[in-house]
Amino acid sequence: MMTQLIKNHFLLFILKRYTHVNNLDLSLCPRITDSSMTLISKSCKNMLRSINLSRSKFFTHAGVSNLVMNCVNLVEIDLSNATWIQDLAAAAIAEAKNLEKLWLVRCKSITDIGIGCIAVGCRKLKLLSLKWCLGVGDLGVGLVAVKCKGMQCLDLSYLPITNKCLSEILKMEFLEDLVLEGCFGIDGDTFRTLKQGCKSLKSLDMSSCQNVSPKGLSSLTSYVDCLQELTLSYGSPVTLALADSLLKLLKLRCIKLDGCQVTCSGLKALGNWCASLLELSLSKCSGVTDEGLSSVVAKQKDLKKLDITCCRKITHVSIAHITNSCTSLTSLRMESCSSISKEAFVLIGERCRLLEELDLTDNEIDDEGLKSISRCSNLSSLKLGLCLNLTNAGLIHIGIRCSKLKEIDLYRCAEIADFGIMAIARGCIGLEMINIAYCRDISDRSFISLSKCTKLNTLECRGCPLVTSLGLGAIAIGCKQLTKLDIKKCYNIDDTGMVPLAHFCQNLRQINLSYTSVTDVGLLSLASVSCLQSLTVLHLKRLSPNGLTAALLVCGGLTKVKLQASFRSLLPQQLFEHLEARGCALVWKDKIFQEEFDPKSWKLQLDILE
Amino acid sequence: MLIIYIDQQAIQSFFPFSSLQPLSKREKDLCFHHQSDWYNWIVVIHRLILNMDPDERLCAEAWRKLSPSSSRGLLKNDHAGDQVFSQLNMQQQKWDDSQLMDYKTRIEQQFCQYNQPPQAPTLVEVRDQQDTQMNDVQSSRRVKDWDPSATLNNLSFLEQKIHQLQDLVNLIVNRRGQTTVTQSEELLVQQQQLITADITSIIVQLISTAGNLLPTVKQSLPLNSALVSQLGLFSCLHNQGMAVGTSGGEMPQNNAVNKVEDHSNQVDLTSNCNVEHHYGVEEHESKDEEDADEEEHLPPGTYEILQLEKEEILAPHTHFCTICGKGFKRDANLRMHMRGHGDEYKTPAALAKPHKESSSEPMLIKRYSCPNVGCKRNREHKKFQPLKTILCVKNHYKRTHCEKSYTCSRCNTKKFSVIADLKTHEKHCGRDKWLCSCGTTFSRKDKLFGHISLFQGHTPAIPLEETKMSAVTSDLGQKTNATIDVEQMDFSCKPYASNENDFQSVVEEKGGLSDPTSFFSPLNFDSNSLDGFLEFPRPPFQDSENPFAFLIPGSCNYPRKPGECSGANDIE
Repeated sequence: MMTQLIKNHFLLFILKRYTHVNNLDLSLCPRITDSSMTLISKSCKNMLRSINLSRSKFFTHAGVSNLVMNCVNLVEIDLSNATWIQDLAAAAIAEAKNLEKLWLVRCKSITDIGIGCIAVGCRKLKLLSLKWCLGVGDLGVGLVAVKCKGMQCLDLSYLPITNKCLSEILKMEFLEDLVLEGCFGIDGDTFRTLKQGCKSLKSLDMSSCQNVSPKGLSSLTSYVDCLQELTLSYGSPVTLALADSLLKLLKLRCIKLDGCQVTCSGLKALGNWCASLLELSLSKCSGVTDEGLSSVVAKQKDLKKLDITCCRKITHVSIAHITNSCTSLTSLRMESCSSISKEAFVLIGERCRLLEELDLTDNEIDDEGLKSISRCSNLSSLKLGLCLNLTNAGLIHIGIRCSKLKEIDLYRCAEIADFGIMAIARGCIGLEMINIAYCRDISDRSFISLSKCTKLNTLECRGCPLVTSLGLGAIAIGCKQLTKLDIKKCYNIDDTGMVPLAHFCQNLRQINLSYTSVTDVGLLSLASVSCLQSLTVLHLKRLSPNGLTAALLVCGGLTKVKLQASFRSLLPQQLFEHLEARGCALVWKDKIFQEEFDPKSWKLQLDILE
Repeated sequence: MLIIYIDQQAIQSFFPFSSLQPLSKREKDLCFHHQSDWYNWIVVIHRLILNMDPDERLCAEAWRKLSPSSSRGLLKNDHAGDQVFSQLNMQQQKWDDSQLMDYKTRIEQQFCQYNQPPQAPTLVEVRDQQDTQMNDVQSSRRVKDWDPSATLNNLSFLEQKIHQLQDLVNLIVNRRGQTTVTQSEELLVQQQQLITADITSIIVQLISTAGNLLPTVKQSLPLNSALVSQLGLFSCLHNQGMAVGTSGGEMPQNNAVNKVEDHSNQVDLTSNCNVEHHYGVEEHESKDEEDADEEEHLPPGTYEILQLEKEEILAPHTHFCTICGKGFKRDANLRMHMRGHGDEYKTPAALAKPHKESSSEPMLIKRYSCPNVGCKRNREHKKFQPLKTILCVKNHYKRTHCEKSYTCSRCNTKKFSVIADLKTHEKHCGRDKWLCSCGTTFSRKDKLFGHISLFQGHTPAIPLEETKMSAVTSDLGQKTNATIDVEQMDFSCKPYASNENDFQSVVEEKGGLSDPTSFFSPLNFDSNSLDGFLEFPRPPFQDSENPFAFLIPGSCNYPRKPGECSGANDIE
């Protein structure tokens, strides 16, 4: 049975009620002290198999030790973000002999010594994430490689490690997934000391490893020839030499080269590769031209996922090649391919009918293109933000044909109005996420129709001045799954919108109320949403210090609150101490009130900036 | 093979030229039983050179029985008496006795062949060379595995020897030119024999080296024949030597020694020679195979082995004789001592300058044995590993066989017997100490991790300072707990990982944390301003006992249900 606990004071109650808890997710409990840990460990005893403390603070090594000693069957522990815990806590974890999965992301204070303890103690570890554990170096990781023979997934992102420990890591027999993102100390030049390659490794992430040369990569790839997934994002330029170094990886199915400099010859070499790729990511790659991209996609006909985000040089020629050869594409992300003319988008709809995910943000697509795309009946995610040429007419086609749509992004699609949204709401009943920010013409009618989408969990409607509390009330009543709500700059929403929201949407976790007309009363009523974690209340003109204080005190699950800096002097000091002790972070903002541009001029301004 | 303490100077001063007595037949026979005892040949030659008479020989033996350190002092007494023997310890006697026995047999055997004394100054050199030669032969025979570095040593030694032989021949040629009239026929014969012996030893060395080059070939085979041939040359009885060589090929002297000691304690000085002689024979006959096998494990090397005594090792000396190993407090004293090793040390230049520079001629490689029997560094150990320098001997002996009397003043736990070790430790003590759960400390982290990766079950231990640090920082503003934690840590970090049981108290202390909301004063919300609010679930709210005084009353009065579960403020 899994429990996701919300507040500490329920803890004892819940643990008494449910004695057979084996999976405890405390990620909504910002404050878990050692006594809470004791409570948990005494109640759950041997039943507990998994615990998530990734968002909790205030426990120490003593609590961890207590937990580990009492719950001997623990298999998974997530202690991510526990930046304060040190080697003593790691030594305590090391007593969990049955541990298989351990996340220590961002535990910056743990050093080699602590990891050494874990490596020696937790021999059954299969997954270990040490991302951002900046205190851990070659020695600690090397010892993990030596001691934890059964390791399958290892995340060493941003660790100050070098080639030394890498040769140890590659000797691990069962390692399948290795993440070395941002390991600047690795250059790959000493890999040849290895006798035998790592036959088990399937996925390797070396993004942001800027010091890995094509030569080093070549020597590395000769040891990991069973690799299926390779990420080299933000690394060295994709030249012919680099592409050649990959030629040995015949089983490769997925390659990600995001943010790399790409040459035409490099891309051509990738195209001539024997391996048949399923996934190719060239997002933000500079140097991607029609010629290069066409040569890749012409050969790699099995591609299912293609990411060409921000490849601004490519034109409709590339799109023609892509749609011509890669007809089985399920995901195409091409945000900001600004040189592609609107006619090209028609081709996508005509030829790539299997698309499920399509990102056309910031493109020249028009209603004609969208109509064509509506033929992709499997579409579940469609992003059309900043596509200023779109109108309701195009969107209606989507609403009619794409009944499987779960996500739609219409950010700053200025021409979109109620009719379009109503068509979507009516046709895509399974909608989970919608972004209609800065679609200024949208009114309560859209909201009322969207309230029929009962699965909606994320609603972003910033800068919709026509929407009132009525519309929000309808959403609140209809969409009980709502967890994320952004109504910033919906000036007409006031306390009466908050009341139903607080009443019906008890799953709400994140809300932005900035610039609305909500007052103390609305905020206080919202405070009854017990799982609310993130609250942004900037420029609420009628919010008083007392009301804010009361709301903050009441809303016990808050972890992050964005506040106007002017409140800082008005709120009592004890409140800050209290919130801090509870695990809530206060972020003070001092932005001056800004009038909103209309979308067109906003885009114009963006273009000028570029 | 160890008895190279006899230095030329001392012998010259003690045993002036005198006539030699012929060897009895029995003694002659005996000497062939000991044909494999190569060391003794050196002594024979030595003896031959010095032309001792039996009385003086006795004195020489007595002198030789002393430890090198004590013997220096006692050399001034013309005849070392019984009291000298009483000072000896058992160990010394062990080999000295056998040595003595062998010594005599050799001498006497030799007497029958050489009647004329050769020229001492030139022949001392030969003696030295042969000493090492013998050692080489013996040690190389023990080898099972071929050691290329040892072979290299052998070869370079051969080269060196050939050069020395060249010099010797040159010398003889020159002398002949100078004093043709006075040179007798016997002397010429003697010279010829000496040179022949030297050439033989070179050949022996060559053969043994060749034997080492062929690891599959049984070591004893070529060596035995080599020994035989050498013996034959010495005795000028080639056939007889061959016969003896095959019969008693196994040998070594040290084995025989072990059981002699008891008897040798009882024998008085005058009867020493003969009695020991007999015991020696018995022992030699009863020597067991086991010891012979042990000897074969010893590594090869073209070095001579010196063994300093305990007293010598522990003496606070800083200057050491490169020839005999004796230590001195002052370099000047060492230089005075060096005069005893030969005329070349007597020159004003040698006395003025440090001895290193004065000895330009190639020095023999010297290795050292620890006097502690049973130690791997003791020459009697199966896998004997010699120590390279006298300093090594001193440090080894102190570290391994002495009490660790220097305690670190910082940690009060680490003890050392060598003061330099203490100083090295004190530099690192407490600062960067990498600790393993087994209690071993390391000055470097990588060494600790290397250690841990090698051993099962060992784990890094958390350093002392960090446990304190952690207690303070992890506390996050809870002062009462901070102090408790610190105390806790002080306790828990002493023995590794003793913390499990102690945490409970800390945890319980934390439970008593003062409620932050007690700062707040009552908050009264006006229910009238919000009709219908009661329909909504009440936010879990503050109990009346915990009021929010700082809030301005009246701004919004909130209806409070008495007894409702305390809310957000009830953090624990």
